[in-house]
Amino acid sequence: MLPILSVKNLKVYFSRGKKIIKAVDGVSFFIKQGETLGLAGESGSGKTVTALSLTKLISEAKFLGGEVVFKQKDILKLTSPQLQKIRGKEIAYVFQNPVSSLNPVFRIGTQMVEIIRLHQKKNKKEAKSYALEMLERVGIPDAEKNFESYPHQLSGGMNQRVMIAMALSSQPSLLIADEPTTNLDLTTQAQILELLQKIRREQDLSLLFITHNLEILKRLVDRLAIMYAAQIVEFGESLFTRPLHPYTQALLSAQPGYEGRRQILKGEVPSPFDFPSGCRFHPRCPFKKAICEKEEPPMQEREKGHFVACHLK
Amino acid sequence: MNKLTLFGISIIAVLILLAIFAPLISPYNPQAIDVDNILSPPSRTHILGTDSLGRDLFSRMVYGARVSLEVGLVAVGVSLIIGVLFGSLAGYWGGRVDSLIMRFVDIMLCFPTFFLLITMVAFLKATVFNIMLIIGLTSWMGLARLVRAEVLSIKERDFVRYAKAMGAGNFKIISRHILPHTLPPVLVAAILGMGGAILTESALSFLGLGVQPPTPSWGNILMEGKAVIDIGWWLTLFPGLAILLAVLGYNLLGEGLRR
Repeated sequence: MLPILSVKNLKVYFSRGKKIIKAVDGVSFFIKQGETLGLAGESGSGKTVTALSLTKLISEAKFLGGEVVFKQKDILKLTSPQLQKIRGKEIAYVFQNPVSSLNPVFRIGTQMVEIIRLHQKKNKKEAKSYALEMLERVGIPDAEKNFESYPHQLSGGMNQRVMIAMALSSQPSLLIADEPTTNLDLTTQAQILELLQKIRREQDLSLLFITHNLEILKRLVDRLAIMYAAQIVEFGESLFTRPLHPYTQALLSAQPGYEGRRQILKGEVPSPFDFPSGCRFHPRCPFKKAICEKEEPPMQEREKGHFVACHLK
Repeated sequence: MNKLTLFGISIIAVLILLAIFAPLISPYNPQAIDVDNILSPPSRTHILGTDSLGRDLFSRMVYGARVSLEVGLVAVGVSLIIGVLFGSLAGYWGGRVDSLIMRFVDIMLCFPTFFLLITMVAFLKATVFNIMLIIGLTSWMGLARLVRAEVLSIKERDFVRYAKAMGAGNFKIISRHILPHTLPPVLVAAILGMGGAILTESALSFLGLGVQPPTPSWGNILMEGKAVIDIGWWLTLFPGLAILLAVLGYNLLGEGLRR
């Protein structure tokens, strides 16, 4: 089966003065229909930029290269009006900060109705009853009353539910959730994850779930991609059980509840102004060899459906 | 709300009431010439005196309030339309559009505004409406800069990014998500601008380039009074005070809202 989304060699560069920031530098992955792909990595590794580039939301990029094929269309080649028909309708987003991602001057209901009417032919009344139905589906109690609330009157978790309801209102085929639970407290986090799981099963929705919390991903995702320094270093199904890349191994060993010897990485994430030569991980890699400093490791399929970019065997 | 703001509001309120009920408040027809009472000082029959044609000063000033109020509203309305349009385009699109609009703003600001005004008045007929239009056309630059700065910061906020991610078009993003947030500072600037517009109109009328007699405006009453200042002090004092108070009122109100 063709993947619903496939990204090939995506590059997003920004410029700061004369310097070039390589925020995403040759990222390739795909998402199959109905599956959940996790995208994990440290802050600044390029996860969010990758997510936003999938519908070309990075307008300030100096250079945007590669291919993002969604349902046989290369999104990076589409015009703005074509993109507006995909954004929010076929590919929807849930962002990290639910409270600030909703407009503080309009009521929840007004904003929902607006999004619904943007993509669907419904009059105000139909849109309102549909919005109420969506609010109930995402588990907002007293939907009628909260429809009239402003974002600041609701909790972070409630706002996140509202955002999920908005994102799902036009039945998208791909939902991109960029750290949707990072700013929520633990119990709310669990509820939101539960909700996403439930919706996914009900709607045959494909989900790209971005986080730096591997613990969450373990429970939620079918496959996992690990980003380091603007690139994907490992990608596949069996990452949790058989991580092949030293960075993935170190990440997993840093999770709470890991049994065995923890690997503590030396040094820091390299600056996007100036990545190390060869393998970008080599200055911090405990197993580095001579070749790692010179040659960039190619992405190889080591086991079926398990890709890794590393010189080590 | 502090006392000064309240004082400002009261002045504006009085101004508005005078302008609306001018025909009821003024004891005489502002154009009525009374040759028997030329240059009579303030008295019981003419509370602010009469001018050199014997017209009642109080009545003329009440009608003058209409001109001042209208000038403030229309001139600021015109500069709001232009300023908000240019400011939001420049701030939202950035890049070349921004440079182009902002250089145009710089050029407009380089002209000594008053000479620009005088030149434009020379080309257009000096009707009250044209004067208001011209004042508006020469005073939008500050607003454009203000709106641009606001748009620049608001467009980076999460809900704007989210609206875009959900498929909202540029027009919708600007009108629904960005402009409502620029309202508070723009409102303050608009109110301060009304004071400025009144001052400009008075200055133009004082030079004889603004509102043309016999239509009364505080500026042209002041001009007519200037000729007879040594025998009729009331003809310059009262319109001068009125201009001062009106501008003060707008400024106090604007400053009060800023906080």
